[in-house]
Amino acid sequence: MQAEKVLFIIFAVIALASALNILLQRSPLYGALSLIGTLLALSALYMTVRAQFIAAVQIVVYAGAIMVLFVFVIMLLNVPKDQPQIEKQKGLRYLAVPFAGLLIAEMFFVLRPIRLSTLPPIPAGNAEQAVGTTWSIGTALFTDYLLPFEVTSVLILMAVVGAMVLARREGD
Amino acid sequence: MANLLLEWIIKTIVILFILVTAVAYVTLMERKVMSWIQMRVGPNRVGPWGLLQPLADGLKMIFKEDIVPLQASRWLYILAPALSLIPALMTFIVIPYGSEIDLFGHRVELHVTRMNVGLLYILALTSVGVYGIVLAGWSSNNKYSLMGGLRSSAQMISYELALGLSIVSVLLYTGSLDLVDIVDKQSGWPGHMGWNIFRFPLMFVFIIFYIASLAETNRTPFDLPEADSELVAGYHTEYSSMSFVMFQMAEYLNLITASSIATTLFFGGWNGPFVGSAKWLGPIYFTVKVLALIFVAMWIRYTVPRFRYDQLMRFGWKVLLPASIVNIIISATVILFLR
Repeated sequence: MQAEKVLFIIFAVIALASALNILLQRSPLYGALSLIGTLLALSALYMTVRAQFIAAVQIVVYAGAIMVLFVFVIMLLNVPKDQPQIEKQKGLRYLAVPFAGLLIAEMFFVLRPIRLSTLPPIPAGNAEQAVGTTWSIGTALFTDYLLPFEVTSVLILMAVVGAMVLARREGD
Repeated sequence: MANLLLEWIIKTIVILFILVTAVAYVTLMERKVMSWIQMRVGPNRVGPWGLLQPLADGLKMIFKEDIVPLQASRWLYILAPALSLIPALMTFIVIPYGSEIDLFGHRVELHVTRMNVGLLYILALTSVGVYGIVLAGWSSNNKYSLMGGLRSSAQMISYELALGLSIVSVLLYTGSLDLVDIVDKQSGWPGHMGWNIFRFPLMFVFIIFYIASLAETNRTPFDLPEADSELVAGYHTEYSSMSFVMFQMAEYLNLITASSIATTLFFGGWNGPFVGSAKWLGPIYFTVKVLALIFVAMWIRYTVPRFRYDQLMRFGWKVLLPASIVNIIISATVILFLR
């Protein structure tokens, strides 16, 4: 148990540090790399709470496919370093602090009941069907949540068709 | 707990040692096979039958100067070879290479670890492995390297889909993502020969899987990222010395891993005749099968010319992807009606 807690803290620090680095980087490629670091650390965090399937899919989908496309586009367009711009409305800067405070307060309010809960114990003799494995997620997706699952896939199909319509030029 | 940890560490070190040695000798095998196919003799000066050639190559590379181009992004340039080598090494911990043997009065299972998302773990690592190549291409600040990196990322994304979908058919038959379970399920039928390759739609799935995995490992006819006739040497044009060696090692490690995964998924892993009574035969069968598949990959490399880039993309999206989706439907139908 203690080892899991130590690992959790290590990967949480890595995730936060690379998330912060995304904001501080001026070069878009380094920003994308920091985002990959965050995603990998998040996957390790999922592993510490025994959500193995989500952890693996997090890397396959986000770090492996979507971020490769990000990096591909950044390299293809050769995006230059972001130059600091002259701020037009300086007053907006001072609004950031109270809004950030409000957001953090809301997060504490929402997450407060979760803070004290612990991991469910592994059911004896049936590790294959524990929460977080492929078996349990697959069963849940294709029984209790079948309609939302299928509706989501229709939504993604709509996005794909929409992207193709937009990308097509007139007269093709 | 401490015992288990010690066992893991020992197994990992042994595997690491075997893999690094194997990589060295797969390069020799590549050169020997190439020269047989091209009716030449091949390396035969260093040691008997050229057996010390990898050592000589390694020594030569160590003494070369490691050059970083002036305008390169220094840190990424140094990091990139490691980023492509490490995922290639990490894949091997979930592949079973035998059942279990008694060693010094202690029962040892012949796989480093098993996890119930083993296959997804491998897919995750192959998809992360592309970053080494892409970043090498970008950080070198060389147009040929950049082209190589761009091609590599486009190629990886296109063929990963076909690879993942072809694996789904295997999963439909075995019902598990754990590689140890997948091998165990193939042990039925006369004398441990119930391999997936002998089942009806799976033999066609293997063709898709093998083509896609050749593309994922950047082997000819899919070696567009380093096409030497147009891109000098592609993503590793600027690299020299040991950082170049690391790219080469990663490439051959990926070849070994891809062949091991093909063996595990389709050729029954360590299964074979008499393996039930003589457990030590398992690793031998496994090695022989992997070597045979590596040989086939080399055979293809020196027989088939390289694709053009648009042919590569058209083949990936318009042939392999639909074929693998059709295969899933056929496999599901067969399982539904015949079992």
